[in-house]
Parts: sequence; C-alpha cells; structure tokens
Amino acid sequence: MDHTVYLDHAATTPTDPRVVEAMLPFFTERFGNANSLYALGRDAASALEDARERVARAIGAARADEAVFTSGGTESDNAALIGLATAGGRNRGHLIVSSFEHHAILAPAEWLGKHGFQVSEVAPRTDGVVHPEDLASAMRDDTVLVSVMHGNNEIGTLMPVAELAKVAHDRGALFHTDAAQTAGKVPFDVEALGVDAASFSGHKIYGPKGTGALYLRRGVRMAPYLMGGGQESKRRSGTSNVAGAVGFATALELMLAEQADEMPRLTALRDHAIDAVLARVPYARVNAAEARDRLPHIVNFTIPGAEGEAMLLHLDAAGIAVSTGSACSSGSLKPSHVLLAIGCPVELAHGSLRISLGRSTTQDDIDYFIDRLVPVVERLRSMNPLYDKTVAAL
Amino acid sequence: MLYTEKVMEHFGNPRNVGVIEDPDGVGEVGNPVCGDVMKITLKVADDCISDIKFQTLGCGAAIATSSIVTEMAKGMTLSEAVMITKQQVADELGGLPPAKMHCSVLATDGLKVAIDDYLVKHGRAPIAGPITSTDPDFDPHEEEL
Ligand SMILES: Cc1ncc(COP(=O)(O)O)c(C=O)c1O
Ligand SMILES: [Zn+2]
Repeated sequence: MDHTVYLDHAATTPTDPRVVEAMLPFFTERFGNANSLYALGRDAASALEDARERVARAIGAARADEAVFTSGGTESDNAALIGLATAGGRNRGHLIVSSFEHHAILAPAEWLGKHGFQVSEVAPRTDGVVHPEDLASAMRDDTVLVSVMHGNNEIGTLMPVAELAKVAHDRGALFHTDAAQTAGKVPFDVEALGVDAASFSGHKIYGPKGTGALYLRRGVRMAPYLMGGGQESKRRSGTSNVAGAVGFATALELMLAEQADEMPRLTALRDHAIDAVLARVPYARVNAAEARDRLPHIVNFTIPGAEGEAMLLHLDAAGIAVSTGSACSSGSLKPSHVLLAIGCPVELAHGSLRISLGRSTTQDDIDYFIDRLVPVVERLRSMNPLYDKTVAAL
Repeated sequence: MLYTEKVMEHFGNPRNVGVIEDPDGVGEVGNPVCGDVMKITLKVADDCISDIKFQTLGCGAAIATSSIVTEMAKGMTLSEAVMITKQQVADELGGLPPAKMHCSVLATDGLKVAIDDYLVKHGRAPIAGPITSTDPDFDPHEEEL
C-alpha cells in the first residue's frame, strides 16, 4: 500500500524506537531471572525495581511497591475486579461497574455475578459521562467495590474520577478505575484522584504489547490472580518480564515528557476533523458531543444511512485504518454497547466510525481521510434502500 | 475475520446496483435494527429473470452477497432461482467467515420475496417457502458459531 493513514491509535500504537532500545539489553546480555540471587539475577531485579519506581512516580503513587507489573489492561482489569472482590476469602457482596466499561471489566463482573456476588451497572448519561449522583444512588450498604473507567475508549469522554471515588469511599467501598486509554495522555495522579486501584496498558502509549501495570494502594488487599512463585510481592506470580517492565516505564515517561506539546496538537487536529466531517458529510454527528472533558485523540462519529463496516472497508482500500462500533464488524448482532449505553439508537450505532489520532498523525492525514470519506458515504448512501426514510426520521 | 478476494472484489465493484423502474417483482428484507437491509427489483420474461437490481444497506458481506446473488439469478428460471441457498452464495464467493453467513441469508431471502411478489401479483401460487431473515427471533450466529 503506497499510502497509509493510521487513525486507530486507541486500538494500539507502534512501539517507540526509544522504548525498543531501552528494552533490548534485557533480552540478550541482561537476561537474568529477577528472583535469582547471583549477580545476573540481582541486575535484573534492580532494573525491575528501577522501572517500578519510574512507573510509580509517573502515576503519582506514594510508594513504588504500589505498582504491580502485569501483561496489560485486560489482566489488570481482571485482577482488580476479581482480586479485590474476593480478597480475604469474601464470596458475596455488591459491586458496581459502569455499563460502558471495556469488556475486560464487564466480563469479570459478569463472572462474579455468577459466583456469589451481586452486580449493578451504572449507566453514563447521553453526554457520555458517569455522573456522581447516579453512582450515589446505585450504592448500597453492602457495596464492596466500584469500577468506573477514567476515559472511554470508544467515545473519548473523561469521567470525574475523583468525585466518583469519593462517592464510593463515603459508603465504605473500594474504587478502581481503568486508565488504559488515559494515562500519559491527560494528567493522571492516583493520589489526587484518590483511587484504590487503577489499570494501565503499555501498547496504548507506544510501549510493547503485553505490558502494563495495576496500581494497588498500600494496604488494599487483593486475592492474587496468578499464583506460583510469589513474584510482585505475591500479587502476580510468573518470572518477571524485565524487558517489558522497562519498556512500559520508558513509554510512560516519554508520554509525560511530551504531553504538554503533543496533547494540544492532537486536540487541534481532532477539532479540525470534527469541523470538516460535520461540514462535508450531511447529517453526520459526533457521539457524546456535549461532554467538555475529553481525551484529545478520540472522536466517534455517527454517519446515518451508511454502515460502519462498509465504510471501514472502503477506507481501508484507500489505505486508511479506522474502527467502527457496527454490529456486523463485531461478529455479534449487537452494535457497540458503549453507543447503546449513551442512548444512541441501534440504527445509528451501525453507522459509527471512530478515529483516534497519535504521534504520526498530521493535518494531511486528516484531510486525506475526509477527502476519501465523503465519496465513500455518498456511494453507500446511494445504495441504501432506506436512505430517504432514514434521513426523514432524523 | 478475513474476507476472500472475491468478496472484496464484489464489495468494491458490486454488480447490478440500483432500482428497476416499473419492476415485475420487488423484495425487501431485513431490518435496520439488526443492521442489514436489502431490496431487490426484477423483471421477468418467460418465467426467467431477465433483469435484476439490488440496493443494500449493510456490511461488506451483505453487499458482496447481494451482488453475487443477482449475478447468479440473472437468466435463471424462477423455480431455479428460488432454490439458490445461502451456502451456494457463500461458496460462489469462495467462502464467508462464519459470523457473516447471515448476510447471505439476506441475499437469498430478498430474491425469494421478489419472486413470490411477482407470482402473487400474477395470480399464481408462491413457491419460495418461508424466509428467515425478517423473523425477529432469528439469530444467525446461533446456528453458525
Ligand atoms: C479502556 C480499555 N481497557 C482495557 C483494554 C485492554 O487492554 P490490553 O489490550 O492491554 O489488554 C483496552 C484496550 O483495548 C481499553 O481501551
Ligand atoms: Zn452483515
């Protein structure tokens, strides 16, 4: 393909060459097992602990041992939900998750619901935000854990996590947040937010896939999710992925170092994309447009009368990578649970298109995307037997 | 999930797109709530499909299966066309991912409804039998996955 415009940075990012370089020695020369007592092992252990300190500092943790290295967002989410709910042998109680969490939260919540716990979902409002009042009314005396994501991966809205955590704490529950899409991109400080646990993913921030961390506030008990050799202070067994930990720490630090320049740049590009799509694609709209607090790099459009997967495939043929929440691309009959949760009608959710920007994105990329999108939408609408009816009903 | 080259070719250059003015039979199937909707218009001469066009709102597989079913049906007798199965449509495209088989049901159903529409309008008995894609309880993935 001679022209590639990658507009799917919320799905994954390329690993930063500086990250690769920092990792390389740990594959070949400094390959020791961090649990071994001899010099090679001690060298690996000290690199691991150095990476832990850097991660802890980057997320505002008070102590280095509050950061547990994991294989990424999914593992951190699973470990937090199941490990916090079942800590100390607990096998009943009430949990609350928001209804537009990533499946890495929804699936373990459903599992807990089948294993003794009661699970409630708190819905975001149409602005794409989970409001503290709504969480407060879902809280019960027996609520042990609340999990609400920091930033939504499909629509890019940010939650008032500090206020949500306070609601949970006022009723004696723990609060976890999924920060896989947000850490490094917008300010994230576990002390300022007051969360008990938080999930991070390396590959969303130009780190390697299969890396990440779980923040666990000192004193918060968690049943271990992976058991064995007792690594990570018994919270996550398995021979330490020192290269991965170093890569994740480096990626996170680079994000922070560049945040002040990069995020305003992405925000301006995102707003340019929004203006151009709304101006050039009739009836297009932005999902959860009214939210003021949002991630700089994610925007989700609804294009009535054009199906998401069909748009995605035509754009792919022009070398453009985007994503969609349409049912047909998910392999199930249901379109995106995120769009449905914010009240987007099913028919419109089929016509959703998410673009997510990143380091490689230029104004030319955005303009190329829009120049290709306009004829794709025209063509698909001209083939749609219901197009006139659809727009008449808008 | 991967589409074959033939699926992508029909998706990129669909055959017989549009609406026939003054058609002999019309079939519209699907439901915007489950995503895919298809409309077939056709002309009949000597009980053969002499012309056929489609419009489809749907994914890549929905558009490709619509396109190929019109190619397959063109020139067939009505009783031949009504026998085209979703599996034949998928085979003609070199296969479809399992989760996409329901899209080929839409194509064969659209054709069946259009043929019966023609027959009934001419005072003849319908021959297509029941169709499945417009049934609200129809879950294509149940049988395929
Ligand atoms: C909000 C959110 N949570 C969790 C994950 C899963 O992270 P990982 O791919 O590192 O397992 C993702 C990525 O898809 C995400 O966007
Ligand atoms: Zn489909």
